[in-house]
Formats: sequence, C-alpha cells, structure tokens
Amino acid sequence: MKKSIHIMCLFVVLTQISCGQDPENEVNNAKITPFEAELLVDGLQIPWGLAFLPDGAMLITEKSGELIHFKNGKKTMVSNVPPVYNRGQGGLLDVAVHPDYIQNGWLYLSFASEEGPEKGGNTAIIRAKLDNMALVNIEKLYKATPNTTKGQHFGSRFAFDKEGYLYFSIGERGDRDTNPQDLSRDGGKIYRIHDDGRIPEDNPFIGQEDAVKAAYTYGNRNPQGMARHPQTGEIWIHEHGPRGGDEINIVKKGNNYGWPVITYGINYSGTPITDKTEMEGMTQPIHYWVPSIAPSGMTFVTSDKYRGWKGSLLVGSLSFQYLERLALDGTKVTQREKLMTDIGRVRNVVEGPDGIIYVAVEGKGIYRLNPVK
Amino acid sequence: MKIFLPIYIFLVGAIALHLFQDKELQASMERGKEIYQDFCVTCHLPSGEGVANTFPPLAGSDYLLEKRESSIRAVKFGQQGEIVVNGVTYDNMMMNMGLEDEEVADVLNYILHSWGNEGGAMVTVEEVSAVSQ
Repeated sequence: MKKSIHIMCLFVVLTQISCGQDPENEVNNAKITPFEAELLVDGLQIPWGLAFLPDGAMLITEKSGELIHFKNGKKTMVSNVPPVYNRGQGGLLDVAVHPDYIQNGWLYLSFASEEGPEKGGNTAIIRAKLDNMALVNIEKLYKATPNTTKGQHFGSRFAFDKEGYLYFSIGERGDRDTNPQDLSRDGGKIYRIHDDGRIPEDNPFIGQEDAVKAAYTYGNRNPQGMARHPQTGEIWIHEHGPRGGDEINIVKKGNNYGWPVITYGINYSGTPITDKTEMEGMTQPIHYWVPSIAPSGMTFVTSDKYRGWKGSLLVGSLSFQYLERLALDGTKVTQREKLMTDIGRVRNVVEGPDGIIYVAVEGKGIYRLNPVK
Repeated sequence: MKIFLPIYIFLVGAIALHLFQDKELQASMERGKEIYQDFCVTCHLPSGEGVANTFPPLAGSDYLLEKRESSIRAVKFGQQGEIVVNGVTYDNMMMNMGLEDEEVADVLNYILHSWGNEGGAMVTVEEVSAVSQ
C-alpha cells in the first residue's frame, strides 16, 4: 500500500512536470483564419524555392532541377539551368531576386553541385540573368567542399540584409561531428558575401588562418528558413533539429549556435546526442520546437492584408503538414497557431511584393492565401 | 552407398551456398542500414514504424512484403499517389532519392529483413536494374 502511494505521488509529480511545458510549445488550431487558400500553380513535385520578379512573375525551383517561370497562369521552363546533384535532400534549391533587380537583373540560385574532384555533391551558389527564358551570364559565387554522397543537410536558403549583403545557409551535410564546430570546414554555417561573391572584409573569421572566410556564424545544423526582420533588419533563420530541437535563431556576427554540442533534440533512434542544452559561448535559440515540426521556409508578415497577422512569423511544417503562424512580442514567441491542417508537406512560404502570402506544398503546388475580411 | 555420395555433395553444396548467400545478405544489410539512416529514417523512423496516416510503416507492411517490384520501383524512382498499406490509404509523395542500384538493393535488404520482417530472397543489383519507371 505504502509503495502504491509512492507511485501515485511520483505519477502526480510526473504529470505536473509534463504539463509544465511552456505554452509557446503548444500549437493550437487557428480560431480565425483570415484567408481562403487557392491553388494558383498546380502540378508541382517539390517546389523548393520561390521568388518574384518586378512584373509579378514567379520563379519556382523544382528540386529535381527545373526552374519554372510562372506568369498569367502560364508555366515556362527556364533553360540553361546548371546540372544539379539530385540525391537525398539535394537538388535545385532556393532562388532569390536581387533587391535592385530592376537595375541589375541578377538572380541567385542555390543547388547541390557535383563540381569538384570527389564523388558526391555539396552546396553551390550562383548568380545569373534571365534573357528570353534562359539563364545567361552565369557566375559561380560559392561552392562548398568537399563533396560527399551523404543525402542530408544542404541548407541553401537566401536573404539580403538592408546593406545589400547576401546571406545563405549550408547545412552540415550529414557530418555533424566534423563540420559545424570546425571553422576551417564548410557546412553547418551561415555565410555572408557581397552580391558579386566577394567576401566582406569585416566578416568575423577573416583574420583567422584556415577559417572559411565567407562564414558568418557556425554551429548550425540545417537552416532551411531565412528572412529579414521588417523592423530590425536582422536576419532570422530556423533550422531543423534532429528528433526534437528545431530552432529559431537570429543571425549574429561570429556566433556559435552550438550544434551538436548543445541541442534540445535527440537522435532519431531515441538515444541522446548530448546532455547539454546550453553552454557558455554558445547562443540559445529564441524558440525551439519539441516535437520537431521539420520547418521549411519562413517569412514575416509585413502587410495589413490578414487581420491580426502583421508582425507574425509564418513557417512551413514538412512532417506535420501544416503552415504555422508564430505571434511574436519582440523576439519572444507568444503564441503558435496551426493553419492549413493536413494540406501536405509545406516546403516554403513567402510574402510576395503584393503583401499576399504564397505557400508551396509538395505534390500539389503553390497556394495563394486570398485575404478574407 | 552410390546414392549417398551425390546426396552428400549436394547437401554440402547447398549449405555452402546458403551460408555464402547469408553472408552476402548480412553484408548488404549492413550497407543498407547506413543508407536507411541517411535517407529514410527521418520519415519512416528508426524501427520502420512510420507515422500514422502520413508515412506508411515498413515494419510488418503488407505492401512491402507482397508487392516486391512496386517497392523496388518506389525506392529507385520515388513514389506518388495513393497506396494502401495494412488497410490504410496513404496519399503522399516520396521523392526520388537518387540512389544507385546497389544502394537500392542494400537498403531494401535491410528493410526486408529487419524489425521482424521476413522479406524472402535477397534483392540483387540485377533485380533492381531490371525495374523500370
């Protein structure tokens, strides 16, 4: 009897602990959905990247290697796209348009590339111009080394900051114990370059011999969401954790985000990676997801088109197949909301220049969220 | 006595062949395990349990064990559209992983002989090569 009382007490305590999780880690169905989703571009497989040209046309990357130009309901394949290493998570990945595109016409593409002596691939960044539905003036800006046949973690999201620097992510390529904490190796890092590929002289590791000079942060796992904060101008990223421990981080010069030394996640097999979630000299995320939602794509809502949404962050969930809205108070997540439940694997979400939100879903296509008053 | 010798030789040969194949299967499964952890585990999970209504299970999957050629095709080229696994309809997409034929055979040998699965004869590279899209 005594024993059973102890067990009861233990049970009560455990229940309280498990209920004591932060409310920020609960996600609820949206009470109000200020939009109706319309499938604008159909027949897509893995629409990885999405960008808008000044004339309202969309550029969509398919992971398999196609670059699609979409305007007035018409899809056109852009030719002369470099060959991609389509294996595992690799392929043709993100696309971005230069902030001053009207003047200079530069497009940016990230993809898994086989260039180099080793078998396999790694992330490459190019810029090019669009002429008569073909890529021309292709310039290689960056190619991570070495190649590997591992299928994971190419990173590849783009963002420009207010000064015109280009940021991009490269994941740790399935080699967590080698790449993210080693400044002399590519992978597990956020990079910062000039729009023509030159390395800024004030990059944080420029003075360190052997260091990857283009690196801006390290200790990242696989960031597949990147967006510029509309007010502060800071670059925000999210990154896939292992099992549990997806994170949102703010990119700060020279910071170490701790992977795999600290993490809120565990191995897929259930075994621990580390018992540490924090350590001096390593940056804490502003939010982490347990369980993992497998975040992909991220945008801030800057327009007034959707009631109650301005200033929120939108993130796609691959594993739970919905669109997540995170209400923010500064850098604190105050509420999480589930939208488009069971829509499919949400690969990307972008706010267009028209203030409208576009959502890319695997096996389906691009949805336009038509605002509802 | 005359009959004994051929039977003896046959049995020894059969055992040797069996042991040899078994060893070959083990080696293939070992390689396949690595492929699994690289390309499959994020969705189908460490013990092939899958995710209800989203990613079909591989452990105890009737589809996998009964539709061998379709399974090879799915791993080799990807899979899209409705499939029924253990009475549950899945309508999702698995991308083309870009695996080489040998890797397809290895990962299938691992899946077909793990977590209680009894997947029959070893999948060979030739068998994978013969499957077209």
